[in-house]
Amino acid sequence: MLKDQDRIFQNLYNDLGPDLTSSQKRGDWVNTKEITDKGRDWIINEIKDSQLRGRGGAGFPTGLKWSFAPKEVGSRPHYLVINGDESEPGTCKDRDILRFEPHKLIEGCLIASYAIQAHVCYIYIRGEYFVDGQKLQAAIDEAYEKKLLGKNAAGTGWDLDIYIHYGAGAYICGEETALLESIEGKKGQPRLKPPFPALIGLYGCPTIINNVETIAVVPTILRRGGKWFASLGREKNTGTKIFCISGNVNNPCNVEEEMNIPLKELIEVHAGGVIGGWDNLQAVIPGGSSMPLIPKDKCETLTMDFDSLMAEKSGLGTAGVVVINKDQDIIKCMARIARFYKHESCGQCTPCREGSGWMWRMLERMAKGEASKDEIEMLGDVTKQIEGHTICAFGEGSSWPVQGLLRHFKDEIKKRNKFDPIVKENKNIPYLVDQHLLDKNA
Amino acid sequence: MSLRRPAKNQPENFEFNPSSLEAAKSIVAKYPEGKQQSAVMALLYIAQKQNDNWIPLAAMKYIAKFLNMPYIKVYEVATFYSMYNLSPVGKYFVQVCTTTPCMIRGANKLVEACKEKISENESVLSNDKSCSWMEVECLGACVNAPMMQINDDYYEDLDKEKTLKILDKILNGEKPTPGSYRGRINNEPKNNRKTLMDLKNA
Repeated sequence: MLKDQDRIFQNLYNDLGPDLTSSQKRGDWVNTKEITDKGRDWIINEIKDSQLRGRGGAGFPTGLKWSFAPKEVGSRPHYLVINGDESEPGTCKDRDILRFEPHKLIEGCLIASYAIQAHVCYIYIRGEYFVDGQKLQAAIDEAYEKKLLGKNAAGTGWDLDIYIHYGAGAYICGEETALLESIEGKKGQPRLKPPFPALIGLYGCPTIINNVETIAVVPTILRRGGKWFASLGREKNTGTKIFCISGNVNNPCNVEEEMNIPLKELIEVHAGGVIGGWDNLQAVIPGGSSMPLIPKDKCETLTMDFDSLMAEKSGLGTAGVVVINKDQDIIKCMARIARFYKHESCGQCTPCREGSGWMWRMLERMAKGEASKDEIEMLGDVTKQIEGHTICAFGEGSSWPVQGLLRHFKDEIKKRNKFDPIVKENKNIPYLVDQHLLDKNA
Repeated sequence: MSLRRPAKNQPENFEFNPSSLEAAKSIVAKYPEGKQQSAVMALLYIAQKQNDNWIPLAAMKYIAKFLNMPYIKVYEVATFYSMYNLSPVGKYFVQVCTTTPCMIRGANKLVEACKEKISENESVLSNDKSCSWMEVECLGACVNAPMMQINDDYYEDLDKEKTLKILDKILNGEKPTPGSYRGRINNEPKNNRKTLMDLKNA
């Protein structure tokens, strides 16, 4: 288990209070000037050395992302945007940072803004987190009062203003370009990339977008050194991460742990075990609803980091671990996730808009045992038609969980859906356009 | 995508009252000059708050004029985002999360409780017109599942009995305490904490 002194979020459970004085006792805002005095290149290099990867789901190296910002500020100002539109089912880590560790986030904003030369930072918070957003606003006001923000913020000589922008219940606004559209006061529909936001982002200006957790760990990394952060976890999957363990466990909780921690340890030690014992485990969704589920037999030895989960054809995503035990109907669980995606599709790309509803209706029928046998293959085909054919990663996010279900629980679906269609011969179905792409193992 | 329609009975006029107007102006000031359109989401919230938790078409027209942008763009935004209520909801607006992490911990029991106490169908006002409920997608408090949101506050770690009690209080005009109903502080593992023990309840 990670040592307590290596935990970055000391106030994860609000034992000490989120206000400025107690945050300073925990080491926030101490010698911020010394950090910025070392210069932009030092900051970006240190973040590169720490091998910090974005905590929002995709796991893009943060230092690299920052280095994409133009070196010189031209006629267009730079912006820093913080993504706090946490809506992935199974994930609730950013909420705790917003309400209990706001000063880590605010200080991170100042350092990151300095590194990418932004004078304005927008923090995008999902509308449902209004109360938590108010707590962050109180912390921002406090910081302004103590001259930690505004002109010559914290004595660093850098001017920074932070504003909160509330979303209004659209999951898709967690996608970075949709988030920018939303800040610009439009429907949250993702933009085509390229151009990437680092060059043409908010209001057409260079913009760096980071997750709340990514920015909140930055000050600690710079204080303790990139090497310290890189010494935790394993190569390319370094540092600590807040895991949210929910579902059928005895003590669902948030906990900060080292990357590469065994899944079994997370569930058994921190979350008090699966309800009904480990043998009652059916499957685990390791990284929020978008990631394919993993059946029990693989959970024994699984370790939680980006690359090892990728090797299992899943992903760490946002590290929202949803535990599903054998009392649950796994097809129904996935049908509910498909309904979520059907509800949240922004409607811009046809494959996703139509396909997400299609997948949901098929899965609902499969859960009831009303589907025909060959619909199982058809469902796999639908997921392949969505994946990779949309502007943003929502297509992948909605089809991967279904693919995961088909990969690991096909027998269960087959057992329940025995209905045989009238036509039996091996058909060449004309609407399976990409037949050569069908994953035979799916 | 979800289907959203404006209400049939619409008021003729809408105007910000002085406090809303002040709030609106301070929000427009957050964004760069000429980019006042960014304020549309926040202004819709203000309109919704002023108008008993829902947004009439007149308010969208008013906001369009206020921000000097086409009405259709405001309409687009108001119909795209699910937190803008386009038809009247109760003064107490109960949203029950039923997405998978809540579902597998028994969110359907909360829905049952709402059906018993408020109304048989979602988005229908209760008998005394003060309350309505609906099922929503993930509210982002998955380790506190099952949970529901009443207006701005989260009520977490519920079961049917606790939900009935909360709804009783609401219908009596009282305000129940938000937060976890499992006897734990925030998101810590109840009775099973293994981390940061020196700081516990410091």
